[in-house]
Amino acid sequence: MADRIKKARRNISQNEGLIFEKSAPGKRGMELPPSDVPPVDVQSLLGSYARTDLEGFPEVSEIEVIRHFTRLSTWNYAIDLGMYPLGSCTMKYNPRVNEHVARLEGIATEHPYQPQQLAQGCLKILATLQRCLLEITGMEAATLQPAAGAQGELTGLLLIRAYLQSQGNPRKKVLVPDSAHGTNPASAVIAGYEVENIRSDNRGQIDVEQLRNIVTEDVAALMVTNPSTLGTFEPRIAEVAELLHARGAQLYMDGANMNALAGVAQPGRFGVDVMHLNLHKTFSTPHGGGGPGAGPVLVKKHLEPFLPVPVLVERNGQIALDPVRPQSIGKVRAFGGNFGVLVRALAYILAYGPGIRQATEDAVLNANYIRKNLEEVYDLPYSAPSMHEVVFSDNRQKKFGVNTMDIAKRLIDYGFHPYTTAFPLIVPGALMIEPTESESKEECDLFIEAMRSIAEEAASEPELVKSAPHHTRVGRLDEVTAARKPVLRWKRDTDSKETVG
Amino acid sequence: MLDATGARSIRDLFGSIPEEFRLQRDLDLPAAMSEAELIRYFRERAAENSVGYTSFLGAGVYNHLRSVVTDTILLRGEFLTSYTPYQAEISQGTLQAIFEFQTLACELTGQEVANASMWDGSTATTEAVLMAERITRRRRVLVARSVHPEYRQVLDTYARNLNMSFEEIGYTPTGQIDLEALGASINNETAAVLVQSPNFFGVIEPVQQIALIARGAEALAVVAIAEGVSLGAVRPPAEADIVALETQSFGMAPSFGGPYAGVIAAREKYIRQLPGRLAGQTTDNQGRRGFCLTLATREQHIRRERATSNICTNQALCALAATVHLCLLGKQGLQELAAQNIAKAQFALAELEKLPGVHRVFRGPVFNEFAVQFPRAVRLINAQLLRDKIIGPLPLGPYYPELAKCGLVCVTETTTREQIERLAEAVRETLAVPV
Repeated sequence: MADRIKKARRNISQNEGLIFEKSAPGKRGMELPPSDVPPVDVQSLLGSYARTDLEGFPEVSEIEVIRHFTRLSTWNYAIDLGMYPLGSCTMKYNPRVNEHVARLEGIATEHPYQPQQLAQGCLKILATLQRCLLEITGMEAATLQPAAGAQGELTGLLLIRAYLQSQGNPRKKVLVPDSAHGTNPASAVIAGYEVENIRSDNRGQIDVEQLRNIVTEDVAALMVTNPSTLGTFEPRIAEVAELLHARGAQLYMDGANMNALAGVAQPGRFGVDVMHLNLHKTFSTPHGGGGPGAGPVLVKKHLEPFLPVPVLVERNGQIALDPVRPQSIGKVRAFGGNFGVLVRALAYILAYGPGIRQATEDAVLNANYIRKNLEEVYDLPYSAPSMHEVVFSDNRQKKFGVNTMDIAKRLIDYGFHPYTTAFPLIVPGALMIEPTESESKEECDLFIEAMRSIAEEAASEPELVKSAPHHTRVGRLDEVTAARKPVLRWKRDTDSKETVG
Repeated sequence: MLDATGARSIRDLFGSIPEEFRLQRDLDLPAAMSEAELIRYFRERAAENSVGYTSFLGAGVYNHLRSVVTDTILLRGEFLTSYTPYQAEISQGTLQAIFEFQTLACELTGQEVANASMWDGSTATTEAVLMAERITRRRRVLVARSVHPEYRQVLDTYARNLNMSFEEIGYTPTGQIDLEALGASINNETAAVLVQSPNFFGVIEPVQQIALIARGAEALAVVAIAEGVSLGAVRPPAEADIVALETQSFGMAPSFGGPYAGVIAAREKYIRQLPGRLAGQTTDNQGRRGFCLTLATREQHIRRERATSNICTNQALCALAATVHLCLLGKQGLQELAAQNIAKAQFALAELEKLPGVHRVFRGPVFNEFAVQFPRAVRLINAQLLRDKIIGPLPLGPYYPELAKCGLVCVTETTTREQIERLAEAVRETLAVPV
């Protein structure tokens, strides 16, 4: 086995309990400077509003905090450790200079309500980012307020609703393909729409003929991910846009897969009315274990009057935030949005400049290289050309009783993070692989070798694959009990005596 | 690599994009910058901001001490560059940290369960109200006028298309919600009563009484908290049904509005109506303790249009910042921090009230910010203060026309006595000059 697995080997991993279990009265990890004003008696000042105790709060020293979280960190996989081929997630390298600039004094320290003449630096950052994103997408106006992709979707749909309302009828339905991210239908519901799920054709693409029958006066919009979650470009996208527009509906594009298009094609040119970007995908802001992200929304001119307030405007060489837009949908988040994330995204774009096209090309090349090298051993359910990601199925391994989740877990033993499993829903047993441009040929080759080796194991030693992972500090977790009897917090009274983490 | 793919050129790889949609030129973007140039660019932008100014702004975004330890942990690549912990076996670090965050959020708020984070305080508050609507199946919400105006705007944007109705409940001379008006408005169609405490004016609300009134109508009491440090000294809203907490004060820089982390804490019986991710404790196949994301059937990737929320990406790294920061502070540190904030606010209030024609607007108990009435427009005073490199109180008039000439002053442990005295002196000088 040692020969088969090249990227990783076993290593000592420190045990660590919960921080609450390390607590001892009187310890603390942070000293405050002494107060320079007269002390007050909090209890008598606040009376019945005063808090008497902070039951259950940890008391630990600085080194205990450092060790605790450092030990925890070593239990994580991360891009910094290797390829993270999660399809649809675009896990690319997160440049460290972006972290540095987001923390500068004068950037991190600024308050959203400070006078705008003392915030010109922040506002210039926003205006420049907005200009860059408009150029990359070929759209005409933007808001940077949404905190994540899903909030971008909601914002976009609210813009569509406001626009259609201004035309007299907000309509009732939003069409969502069966290959779409779950956020699409969930966002449509909050925007007050019914969701109609539409089936993809036998190539996994939008069924234009079907669409002709479905798009009625009730349809407000179609939400399209392009390239689709199969990693393929929708070849008839312009026709789809035309069809929608002819019937008064709007085309929404989920920009989750923009890493296949940046610098190569502008969605604004193929009929998209509104779209969002995931800056934590295409524009490399770190995922941080689940967030923060940012989901700017880009629109065509006819939707501009409805953008969330405030809107960036330029007046006499100064940039200002204009809070007054009579037709605005309002605000989707307090303050301006995840500014620190926007700073990092701008740093990413400025580091590439027009060279962003090369990043896209490299991402697509990597995906196709992996596809070519794995298509003999894994089933490719849809043969349309791949862009930045490739979707296989576990069809050939299933006859040995091995499914996509087993292969994914076995990949962990080989030192890789799994690809995306079981998505998109239109591919039963999907293996969705997105390498991004960050990976070298050497890393891609190691991955290919691992995937080929697992395919062999699936045939020769299926149990080995089915019981993976074997080398992690915990084995497969009992998710059923976790959901049936949820334990969502530590409690003093139910404290398990376990000291081994 | 290109040869291996069988394509003849990179162009070939994009063959599925119709020719007419392929960009035939370079993107019109600024020229590529090296690391040194990038740093210079952002330093130049920083210099165009407020470096060197003393600020008395709060209003939902607070400047507190942050330890370098927090950033040291956040910058560990294993936290910074990992994805959502769906693959539990290689995400135990993130999962355990979330579990600890959920526990801290419960301890802080006096609630029974908490989620893994929301986008910020405003969206957490909004989702808390939507949650109350699902639980009670009622659509009428009473909202205190003293809730942060931007939080209310976000709530309005979200709820506008969901057939909900809102009624505003005013405040009394204490700055607290008008309990009488609340009692008169609440009825058996009321889903929730939403208050913020400390509220937008910095005044602590009588949560116990509000919850009692809500309970009388079988409505839920939803409490938003924008200043988490207050919980080191102020009684937690244990009587509330749902609490939406902004954790920015715990280790997150103001950063011109974000990223921060909101969190929803609630009673255990409402678990299945919670939005967002949850980390739960379980065991692995050898009986060892471990953690995994759980109750995912509430979420969009499983439930799609019937999910409790559309949230997917949350604010995990910000929640980690709060967790590390709170562990560093510990019990004593948080109590001391809260006491210092109260002391600074009392000192600043006394200094300002020494000035002729300047007095506090509300009598109710405050934490670290308070509303002050000036004898002239705050806007005019602030323009003068800028000359002394002071960013003065937030004018309340634009949000509350009835509070023209009132400003919101915020001081924290980072505000020095000397800065407060300088503010008072500068205001005195300004007021001495006739308009």
